[in-house]
Amino acid sequence: MAELHLQVNGKRLTVDVDPATPLLFVLTDDLALKGPRFGCGLGQCGCCSVLADGTEIRSCITPTSQVVGKSLTTLEGLPAYYAARAKVSPVPELHPLQEAMIAEQSAQCGYCYNGQIIKGAELLFKTPQPTEAQIRTAMNGHICRCFTYPRIVAAIHRAARDMAAPKRAAATDHTEEVTRV
Amino acid sequence: MSDDTLARREFLKTTGAVVVGLSVVDKVGAQSPAGGAPPAERGLASGPPDAAQVDSYVAIHPDNTVTIYSGYVELGQGGPTSLRQVAAEELDLELGQVKDVRADTFVSTNGFTAASRTAGIGSVELRAALAEARRVLLGLASERLKAPPQDLSVTKGVVSVRADAKRSVSYADLLGGRRFNRQYEPVLYQGGIELPRKGLDNAIPKRREDYRIVGTRVPRPDIAEKIKGTYEYVQHVRVPGMLHGRVIWPRGQGAHAISNPTVVSIDEASVKGIPGVQIVRRGNLVGVVAPREWDAIRAARQLKVTWAPFADSLPGHEGLFDSFRSAKTSDATDTNTGDVTAALSRGAHTLSATYRGPYQSHGPMAPNCAVADVSKDGALVMCSDQGIYQTRNGVARLLGMPVEKIRVQYYAGSNTYGSSCYRDAAEAAAVMSQEVGKPVRLQFSREDEHGWDNYGPAHLADLRASVDANGKLLAYDYQAWGHTGGGMNTSTQLALATSPPVTTPQGGFSALYSVHLSQTDMYDVPNRQIVNHRVVGGGYLRTGPLRAPMDPSVFFAQEGMMDELAHAAGLDPYEFRKRNISHRRWLGVLKAATDAAKWTPRVAASNLSSARVVRGRGIGLGTHHLPQNQGDRVTFAAAVVDIEVNKDNGIVVAKHVYGAMDCGLAINPGIVESQIVGMSVHGASLALKEEVEFNRTNVTSLDWNSYRTIRCGEHPSVTPIVIQQLHEKSSGAGEEVLPAVVAAIGNAFFDATGVRIRQYPLTPRRVLAALKSATGQPGRSA
Repeated sequence: MAELHLQVNGKRLTVDVDPATPLLFVLTDDLALKGPRFGCGLGQCGCCSVLADGTEIRSCITPTSQVVGKSLTTLEGLPAYYAARAKVSPVPELHPLQEAMIAEQSAQCGYCYNGQIIKGAELLFKTPQPTEAQIRTAMNGHICRCFTYPRIVAAIHRAARDMAAPKRAAATDHTEEVTRV
Repeated sequence: MSDDTLARREFLKTTGAVVVGLSVVDKVGAQSPAGGAPPAERGLASGPPDAAQVDSYVAIHPDNTVTIYSGYVELGQGGPTSLRQVAAEELDLELGQVKDVRADTFVSTNGFTAASRTAGIGSVELRAALAEARRVLLGLASERLKAPPQDLSVTKGVVSVRADAKRSVSYADLLGGRRFNRQYEPVLYQGGIELPRKGLDNAIPKRREDYRIVGTRVPRPDIAEKIKGTYEYVQHVRVPGMLHGRVIWPRGQGAHAISNPTVVSIDEASVKGIPGVQIVRRGNLVGVVAPREWDAIRAARQLKVTWAPFADSLPGHEGLFDSFRSAKTSDATDTNTGDVTAALSRGAHTLSATYRGPYQSHGPMAPNCAVADVSKDGALVMCSDQGIYQTRNGVARLLGMPVEKIRVQYYAGSNTYGSSCYRDAAEAAAVMSQEVGKPVRLQFSREDEHGWDNYGPAHLADLRASVDANGKLLAYDYQAWGHTGGGMNTSTQLALATSPPVTTPQGGFSALYSVHLSQTDMYDVPNRQIVNHRVVGGGYLRTGPLRAPMDPSVFFAQEGMMDELAHAAGLDPYEFRKRNISHRRWLGVLKAATDAAKWTPRVAASNLSSARVVRGRGIGLGTHHLPQNQGDRVTFAAAVVDIEVNKDNGIVVAKHVYGAMDCGLAINPGIVESQIVGMSVHGASLALKEEVEFNRTNVTSLDWNSYRTIRCGEHPSVTPIVIQQLHEKSSGAGEEVLPAVVAAIGNAFFDATGVRIRQYPLTPRRVLAALKSATGQPGRSA
């Protein structure tokens, strides 16, 4: 066991764990986060994805000691991370990709969507207007066993459009949403 | 959407287990006003509640909302949303006024969420109960408003006099917080078949012409929760004092009912030094628990368990189909009409062919998980079983308790599409909790799930068929071969240190279901024979229902043969089907799919190219047939699929699927479209990627590299088409396009290459071998 200093969703915190513990179990068990989740423990499926300094990593195979000093973003922190990077204020309730996925009703069981959203958001940060081929390549490592890929791709396209031309009405809605919360 | 978790805590309190603090009983019960008996004791007594009581299905609350108590659960396919639509419709409420609750054996009616039953059966049961509820409410309103029921109308749960809208009363004012106390005649099913109701005075459900909510595209509320990240999966459940558990099983199952895992020894010293680890053993069920999850995982990896070696009894996935033929079988003739032998001999074109479909896996995104809290007084099990009452029975047996002491609550896991290892997880968690006297959260590993699945069974079909000179079917002979191994959950088998029963001629589900109905309802064939060769005894793999059980293999064979006949007769595949099908709903889905695809009539493989990458288009029909899905409760599906074949590397990519489905009354066409999208890509995955691999002793495809699945880079585009049938029975929408797509891909491959592959998945190795052996000659087969 060792005390490790982490930065998760903008907060600094200390956990007392075996440094080899995969980050996923710190996030789910010690921090009780619901975004990253166990899918394979092998880095093959993407259910556990988080951003480390803006780059998607597989938390199920990443020892916690390796992310010390990095800024971690989980699904829970994605809207704030997006707002900071895109200079959007106030912080929206959801990342535009999440809004797009709800609009497309893209998920079914939704279990893999933590990773689909994290990876899709990473893509949109790096490539704001991705082509279909770029989307397919970027998302190829994230398995969906409800096979909702067509709607994931559609949602990423929709989010790219929305981010390029934010709607005034939508922004107002967000403001109200946040105020109410 | 669900107001449920309090009941769990109350249960723990009453059973002397962990108490979390709050002690709210049941929101309805707690608010029972004076007069009348208290509402049904939801959450306090073991169910299922009496299906003949309106109160078992619905409660009216003082805020003029209602809760429905359906045992049908959210498997990711949206079923509960459609049931809320049915409830809102029958009671004339807004959708937002209808809540549902977590399925719970102390609360819910007895629904089993499988085989398209939520829409097909659940909606019918609920509609009957709610029609009666509405009649009660209108009767009360009639007295209160002093107007005959026929002069009343209802909007948003407020009853008013049509001619004088100011005279009104809400459901809440009439019955909020109180019970209906009304018996009625429920719709009952026997073996899935709806029994006729006897009563002459049953309340009549709403006229379908008047529907406002059923038949509309209501968004699923669970989708927003899932995308926000607030949805609670069973994997998220944590209870105080809980230990993390993992099981230790051999790497991949062996031959069913022969290779029974048997512990020879356990080296306890092998996990020394891992904090807080306890080894748990009952019979051959071996697990570890630890306060920290990573410690449980490490211990499960390190614990040295010596198993008796598995017998060398599996045929291996390569030798599988030959072994079916040489195995002992129980043969049963399902259908024998006309004179098949004679009709085969007089065909203008007579063909014979053998088709093969593999073992395939449920492969849920999340390996199954369950949390159990067992004390001497009772047990609470939180799991993602399709049938909570079935789980209860298995757990009760293992714990040695009466079923009333076992409370099972449903928490969604990931996709399952049939019997993945959810019941094994629930049972293992319960046994381990009983052993250590603390709550245990049991999480399977990817290997556990892939290696010990109840696989969709492999299928071998020998077909012979003939057509006359006009392409009209004369004879059809389908000989089905396969083995189904089930009869006992893996955890039960291990904990009781026993063997599952060997396969008998009667046990399990049969290929005949699919074959029988697909052949009798779809094509008009005067001479027909269907024989099932059921491989009996032990061996092969453990099996269970996997989305559209058996249908992908059966329709791959059937629709492949239809295409072969069309080609032999020089006919366009769609034209051939039109000549041999008279059922209007089959013709309807065919027309819908081909119209969407802008089908251009031509003989298959009549446009071959010498290019290295070639395109082809195929057609296929499909359904999910069960014995009970006869007559008026059948879903009809058709698919047209465009594919691309790379002759150099053997990679086949499905480019576009046009999937049409007629599922009777589509309660929510948006959800049906989602299902068509998912099934279309799932079908491509089954046809092109998925195959359980095993050697002589064990399953060997234990992760996502060895058990391949379609990924984003290769998914087809999908055009979903829903044919709404307002006056037909809802017949389910989660399975039927799947077999049509698998079949259409096989046919598209022939169209693209002139070579027929009669075994799926069409992997690069299989494709290259087929192309090589056919040496490019049209009409050759592999």
